[in-house]
Amino acid sequence: MQDLSLHILDLIQNSVVAGASLIKLTIYEDENKNRLFIDIEDNGKGMDEEAIKRATDPFYTTRSTRKVGLGLPLFKTMAQRCGGDTVIKSVVGKGTRVLSDFQLGHIDRPPFGKLDDTMVTLILCNPEIDFIYSHRVNNEEFKFDTREVRGTIEEIPIEHPEILKWIQSHIKEGLNEINGGVQ
Amino acid sequence: MMTLKELEKIRQKTLDSVNLRKDRSGTRVVVGMATCGIAAGARPVLTAFLGEIQNRNLKHITVTQTGCIGVCRLEPMVEVYLPGEDKVTYVNMSPEKVKRVVSEHLVNEQVVQEFTIGAVEKID
Repeated sequence: MQDLSLHILDLIQNSVVAGASLIKLTIYEDENKNRLFIDIEDNGKGMDEEAIKRATDPFYTTRSTRKVGLGLPLFKTMAQRCGGDTVIKSVVGKGTRVLSDFQLGHIDRPPFGKLDDTMVTLILCNPEIDFIYSHRVNNEEFKFDTREVRGTIEEIPIEHPEILKWIQSHIKEGLNEINGGVQ
Repeated sequence: MMTLKELEKIRQKTLDSVNLRKDRSGTRVVVGMATCGIAAGARPVLTAFLGEIQNRNLKHITVTQTGCIGVCRLEPMVEVYLPGEDKVTYVNMSPEKVKRVVSEHLVNEQVVQEFTIGAVEKID
């Protein structure tokens, strides 16, 4: 994976497959402590103890088409390489949380990439799912919630090209304002 | 600034076109978005489709995703379903190739043979 936005897109696919109807992405850049937190939380079907243990094993997957599942292992390895780790918390029937915490300024830390493209892609492909994306840089925060968008557009589908255009610009501008996801 | 007020204006503008969208079964573009697809560049391919649809103001086209299509080494892969036609699978896609698929296949209904799995995977 070239950047964090692609890793995040890949990890959120797990939440989609788990049947989540609400997915929260929280990114926190703490420049004073030189830490970067990425938290993905869903209300999907969750995993039991055994599945959590095996989720970061590249030779484990819930799919039947192939014998490997690389998304989580790739991400966890990246976090570990950058002086941190990824932890999975999950409750069957309630949902899953994938928490990562690593060094913001680590030389091996991938760039953020296009977080706006990741959000637009997720909304376009999963219009029935609600997404909450919050991005914090030190004390400044940008928050985006598809439920708020739906409240405004009413009968227009959220995956309408014109609506997606607005979402993309809105996220771009919001991140610019807080200087978030810059590099 | 892209505020909610701006969004409300867009809603008013798009209301008419939305009514049109409902009563016609359209073309489907499906992009493989598993780990293999994403790592190979599926996201820029998908956003290129969206960009072309926005620029050309194309209606009745749905862009969506699927998991691993099964031939990871040929990712990014895209399946195009035109109403009443057989599925066409494009492989090794890129945003540049998307432009041709949109103008030749989605608009003019001519399959871009050279990008299809059949042309790339010749059986000797």
